[in-house]
Amino acid sequence: MPLLRIENLHTYYGHVHALKGIDLEVEEGEIVTLIGANGAGKSTTLRTISGLVRPREGRVEFNDQVLNHVPAHRIVQMGVCHVPEGRRIFTTLTVMENLTMGAYTLKDEQAIRENLQRVFDLFPRLAERKNQLGGTLSGGEQQMLTIGRALMSRPRLLLLDEPSLGLAPMLVKAIFETIREINARGTTILLVEQNARAALKIAHRAYVLETGRVVLSGPAQELMQDERVRKAYLGER
Amino acid sequence: MGSLMERLRRMPLVWQIGLLALALLLPLPLNDYYRAVLWRTGIYAILGLSLNIIVGYAGLFQLGHAAFYALGAYTSALLNLHFDIPLVLTWPISILVAAFFGYLISRPILHLRGDYLCIVTIAFGEVVRLALVNNIFGITGGANGLSGIDQTVLFGLTLRTPLHHYYLVLFFLVLTLFAVRRLENSRLGRAWMYVREDETAAEAMGIDTTWAKLLAFVLGSGWAGLAGALYVARIPVVSPDLARFIESVVMFCIVVLGGTGSIPGVFVGTLGMITLPEIFRFLKTWRDAWMGVAMVAMMIARPEGLWPSRRIRMEIREKE
Repeated sequence: MPLLRIENLHTYYGHVHALKGIDLEVEEGEIVTLIGANGAGKSTTLRTISGLVRPREGRVEFNDQVLNHVPAHRIVQMGVCHVPEGRRIFTTLTVMENLTMGAYTLKDEQAIRENLQRVFDLFPRLAERKNQLGGTLSGGEQQMLTIGRALMSRPRLLLLDEPSLGLAPMLVKAIFETIREINARGTTILLVEQNARAALKIAHRAYVLETGRVVLSGPAQELMQDERVRKAYLGER
Repeated sequence: MGSLMERLRRMPLVWQIGLLALALLLPLPLNDYYRAVLWRTGIYAILGLSLNIIVGYAGLFQLGHAAFYALGAYTSALLNLHFDIPLVLTWPISILVAAFFGYLISRPILHLRGDYLCIVTIAFGEVVRLALVNNIFGITGGANGLSGIDQTVLFGLTLRTPLHHYYLVLFFLVLTLFAVRRLENSRLGRAWMYVREDETAAEAMGIDTTWAKLLAFVLGSGWAGLAGALYVARIPVVSPDLARFIESVVMFCIVVLGGTGSIPGVFVGTLGMITLPEIFRFLKTWRDAWMGVAMVAMMIARPEGLWPSRRIRMEIREKE
């Protein structure tokens, strides 16, 4: 039984048919990546899972429960946390306040402290800067903060949208190593990336999206060898 | 250093007691006219604090707040006139009725953003005013409003003088202050702050943004209803003028001029919008012109308000 199962998902923005029947599955403990060009529907898939937009057809099932009509804040409580694209941290709050906000759904002080410790273990840099304002952090640190904030709710499934966007190559490497580390510590990850090469390297399985449809899927290693993928997404001739 | 920190930490309490003492003693040497001015200041400070929940904390534009003020006043007046309920007992009902209308109007429009929400609230304010003018259900007395409302009797004491009413409003003002301070630092207060700064991120973090915004509207509207009831407690005549658009604008300016989201800011705003114009009444028509000039100058020089909250000043500076 997969942790997340999506069947025939159709999502619209007004009249724009963004997802045209997506099927995908994520098993507990996996890193699964969605790759594809701009506008292929990668972010929309994540937004539909987390309830920020609603599907018109099909179903999203998490842990045997249908999420289609569950409000976004309840989905977080059920253990799915979405890190939206573009480092949406609160620049006028301190690092600590940003992290506390991630634990908004938790009421148990003890659990919050434990989660905070876990996040600080993962990102020692955030511990050093916990009293600094979010806006004064570097781009890489801000991305760490967004991921750390999401982990504060201790999700079973983490949805990551373009975590490497706008980061220097060194930092991209560091972020991907961290994602692998988070996964090794027991969080299932669904990763959306433009940087297909880096994503395929850490993922167990991958789906390739084109204009709202899954055109290819399989183990990440195999897709990396696939000629079409190499041409279209890995920049090889 | 340690003792200085100690002293600074104790300062707020000293300030609070000092200000309360000032508020208690201030009307004593003044004549009844100025006591009435202070009463009006208190009413508008309560209105400002209630609107500040909606505009300041939750970041929602509300330019129809006077409608809820009027709803509170009419509720109190009607219950007293038709059912002979003592005014004091109508106050909680005024709060509930205004809060209920706050719920009704905000529920379908909460997904609207900024300017659109603003237009709907203006329209709602006008709907309420026109309904009152048109003597809706034959009970609001049309353009003349309602009169012949009882005097307020509180624990056997009939409130007759401006001084009595000043202290009544002061009591509720202090209560309001206490409540909004608690709200600001509560879990709900934090939720409002997150919603104001980034609604999508707040939602993705598990905050029920619709619920948070709805509560801001309901609490703010209900509390404006209380201000309306307190108005009736002193002025035994209500008219649709209470719901005029300019009243909503004045309330909005109180919040914004003082510093959106800032409790001291609401007081500075009330002084600027209500108290000072009253004191400068001798300038006659020139008064409004100077008001306008002062407001334009202020928005250029200090867009974050006269006494802004630290956080909102940062938010505004950052956007520039």
